[in-house]
Amino acid sequence: MAIPGQKQLTSMDEFLEGIWKQNPVFVMVLGLCPALAVTVSAVNALAMGAATTFVLLGSALLVSLMRNVIPKEVRIATYIVIIATFVTIVDYLIAAISLELYEALGAFIQLIVVNCIILGRAEAHASKHAPGRAVINALGMGLGFTIGLFALGSVREIFGAGTLFGVPLFGPDFQPWVVMVLPPGGFFVLGAWLLLFNWWRNRKPAASEPANVVREASHG
Amino acid sequence: MSEATLQPATPSAAMIRTLGLVATVCGILLVLTYQNTLEAINANKRVALERAVFKVIPGAHSMKAFHVGKAGLVPEGGAVPEGAVRFYAAYDQAGQLKGLAAEAAGMGYADMVRVLYAYNPAKQAIDGFGVVGHRETPGIGDKIIFDKAFLKNFEALDARLDAAGDALANPIRVVKNGSKQNPWEIDAISGATVTCRAVARGINDSAQKLVPLLAPHLDKLTVPGQ
Repeated sequence: MAIPGQKQLTSMDEFLEGIWKQNPVFVMVLGLCPALAVTVSAVNALAMGAATTFVLLGSALLVSLMRNVIPKEVRIATYIVIIATFVTIVDYLIAAISLELYEALGAFIQLIVVNCIILGRAEAHASKHAPGRAVINALGMGLGFTIGLFALGSVREIFGAGTLFGVPLFGPDFQPWVVMVLPPGGFFVLGAWLLLFNWWRNRKPAASEPANVVREASHG
Repeated sequence: MSEATLQPATPSAAMIRTLGLVATVCGILLVLTYQNTLEAINANKRVALERAVFKVIPGAHSMKAFHVGKAGLVPEGGAVPEGAVRFYAAYDQAGQLKGLAAEAAGMGYADMVRVLYAYNPAKQAIDGFGVVGHRETPGIGDKIIFDKAFLKNFEALDARLDAAGDALANPIRVVKNGSKQNPWEIDAISGATVTCRAVARGINDSAQKLVPLLAPHLDKLTVPGQ
């Protein structure tokens, strides 16, 4: 139902949509399972974001290229096979790049396959747009998700370990807030960020048209 | 959604063709990735294992993996005898045996706690300890990695064989914080008892199997590449 409006979007709008207007973490509140589970450090958050972006890009490109030959009846099955393939590829790649990172991210790499952002993008966007546009949108969404994870991961690492990217920030006397690297800390930080975002958006309601975004978000 | 009802039904052949095409493309992508990353992944695993073994056996310079079973000692790579236990022999720069290491695992608070311990045949004791993987609570269970008092347990943890030579003389066990009296006991970290118990149980299970099997073959390990 949002298609008539989207036709006039420029590439830049398409790109920025995922980063700001429909940010997967802060606006659509999607993909929270990895967003809460692996964001105990900034590095983990960035790696998870990069892995998800890679899967988004790959699946968006392939789904978009094949959009005219995929019959409607088997489209979900096709998307899932494509997404699962890219998740497996990224799984091997991370293990090849760093085993430490692979162990830290654990099962959440494989779980990208059920991340609703990716299937949502394939169904709502890539299957209806040309490859160039689909890739730009996927890149924006991926970066938006990465920014969301990084916002969580950096705050949790700073308070939970007193470091950022492993570099100590507060000197030897800092007592880490262990709760920050535990699951409740993830909820606290996410809640705080959502609070900040909603305050920001409600401060100037005319610019962001929240009602419209929320309707689309529940769709994807 | 309404245009779907207006469209003619898709022929089955088209669906099968599409799914077949997608599966083929995806299959090729997967096989290519697997083959191109396999070497790097194996190299990473080897390096990670070496680093862990060298950490529990200071001064080690090279290592070899073996399986030891009732039938004898087999270097890794050959057929694994039934009931055999895997361990690593570490050598110093001159090629002298520096120590032996084996993996152990016990059920902790959240998941298996996987550790590596060093067994010193001359002292008949466990004299090295390192954590390979765990999912214990940060700030509580993960103290087993750096708690100095806990790590002191593994400077000379008694692992002597009994008179019959088929089990440890004294099973390795965990005791309440501050009540260690014997060299085969592990002083638990207060507050992290479950994790400490997992470590003790894992090491005991592993050593009870490994040490008796290893005893008759120790002399064959002194020279690398036998």
